[in-house]
Amino acid sequence: MSSIDVPLKKGGFGTTSRTDNWWAEPLLVFLGYMSFIVYATWAALQGNNYLCTAQCGGADYLSPMYSPLLIEQAPAWWPAFLPFSAAMLILPFPGLFRFTCYYYRGAYYKAFWADPISCSVGEPRSSYRGEKKFPLILQNVHRYFLYFAILFVFILLYDGYKALWFTGPDGAKHFGIGVGSLVLILNPILLGGYTFGCHSFRHLVGGMKDILSASPVRKTAYDCAGCLNRSHMKWAWVSMFFVGFADVYVRLCAMGIWHDWRIL
Amino acid sequence: MADKATFRIWRGGNGTGHFVDYATAISPGMVVLDAVHGIQAADANDMAVRWNCKAGKCGSCSAEINGKPRLMCMTRLNTLDLSVPVTVEPMKTFPHVRDLVTDVSWNYRVKTKIQKFKPRKPDAPDGTWRVQQADVDRPQEFRKCIECFLCQDVCHVLRDHNLHEEFIGPRFLIYTAQLEMNPLDTGDRLKDLKDRDGIGYCNITKCCTKVCPEEIKITDNAIIPLKERVVDEFFDPLGGLFKIIR
Repeated sequence: MSSIDVPLKKGGFGTTSRTDNWWAEPLLVFLGYMSFIVYATWAALQGNNYLCTAQCGGADYLSPMYSPLLIEQAPAWWPAFLPFSAAMLILPFPGLFRFTCYYYRGAYYKAFWADPISCSVGEPRSSYRGEKKFPLILQNVHRYFLYFAILFVFILLYDGYKALWFTGPDGAKHFGIGVGSLVLILNPILLGGYTFGCHSFRHLVGGMKDILSASPVRKTAYDCAGCLNRSHMKWAWVSMFFVGFADVYVRLCAMGIWHDWRIL
Repeated sequence: MADKATFRIWRGGNGTGHFVDYATAISPGMVVLDAVHGIQAADANDMAVRWNCKAGKCGSCSAEINGKPRLMCMTRLNTLDLSVPVTVEPMKTFPHVRDLVTDVSWNYRVKTKIQKFKPRKPDAPDGTWRVQQADVDRPQEFRKCIECFLCQDVCHVLRDHNLHEEFIGPRFLIYTAQLEMNPLDTGDRLKDLKDRDGIGYCNITKCCTKVCPEEIKITDNAIIPLKERVVDEFFDPLGGLFKIIR
């Protein structure tokens, strides 16, 4: 690479000539992520009120943080000092999908690591490794978590479908719609908007090719992913908070604090 | 709009200098470059400023206005708070020459090292090619680049960490993407991208996209797709296995 001598002095952390509220965006991102991380950790540690049935008129509402509900009791290999709940085996997958997501990476490098805290604002550290070296080179694993995330979208869609069936007095399942049904159907739709707009997904369905016109299916898939990708940040935020809201909804209904309103 | 506004302009050479305040007459429709020219004509005849087209197409008048990398000719005064002095500084990522002028020649040296366009054999007997518009939509977005180097200026890898030796910067990542995604090109620049050009240094903060006057989606449409292609080639064992089996 060509060498360069840059004599202009750089300022220290936070030094900038910017006159706008450059600190507001990283602060909001920090607060937004922290609030979700704190709530999700708390909810995952509870291990109860994640399934609403009798309190929801015979519905089958399962919190997305506990889906798929495969193991309810701690397996034998689980370390005794660690609290266990079904969510703790599930959340790492969508959690790591988001952690390695290109949008989230850019956002938390700014908000949590100040690298940089905002554009054209001085940084706290002079050394820099980026994603070229360990440990952040591991972010390249993103597409593997994408595969899990796609699986989760379909699992949660199935949960949404199950939320449309209510156990009647006769013990049989009857079709119905409650507010909880809508919440649990909307949740995977929002997650799908986020997952299928993922940069890695867009790459895998067509971005890797220089010639897309030869395959109309691939071209259509690429265009659709690109369409979702243009609002990837919005999908990321809305879907993240809606997962939290869906858990809150199921939890409060299961606790009897909220009552599920049956629409149909 | 007030009749006068104050501009706090960096004066000096070779990285040394200081801000000087200039009050100048303003009128509706003016841009920062107009004000700088007014100051140059009336109060500071020796002030160095690079400009050419005054239409946002030549990329010459790049500077930092109130701390943000912008083209002076495309920054309208009615978008700025004129009740306080407007700061105008040279770009900080490149060697300072004088006043608002920096030496951006490093960029041209970088460009010469990127593997050139290498087209496939012509499709037609007359030595021409046939391509579909759908296949050139992506590289055409990158051809909008006017080489103002604002993206290079704002990139913290260059600006704060001075990794000019190891990282080519967003401008040349979109240049590489333009070549890599070209349906006619047969070159392979992925190893260079990973090793010599330092694509891994980009941590996707999208500052380059925010300052681009041509509104090229540098990060989403060029850098991340290139990162994904590098992953295909060097960091995806399952994908590599799949390619072998197929």
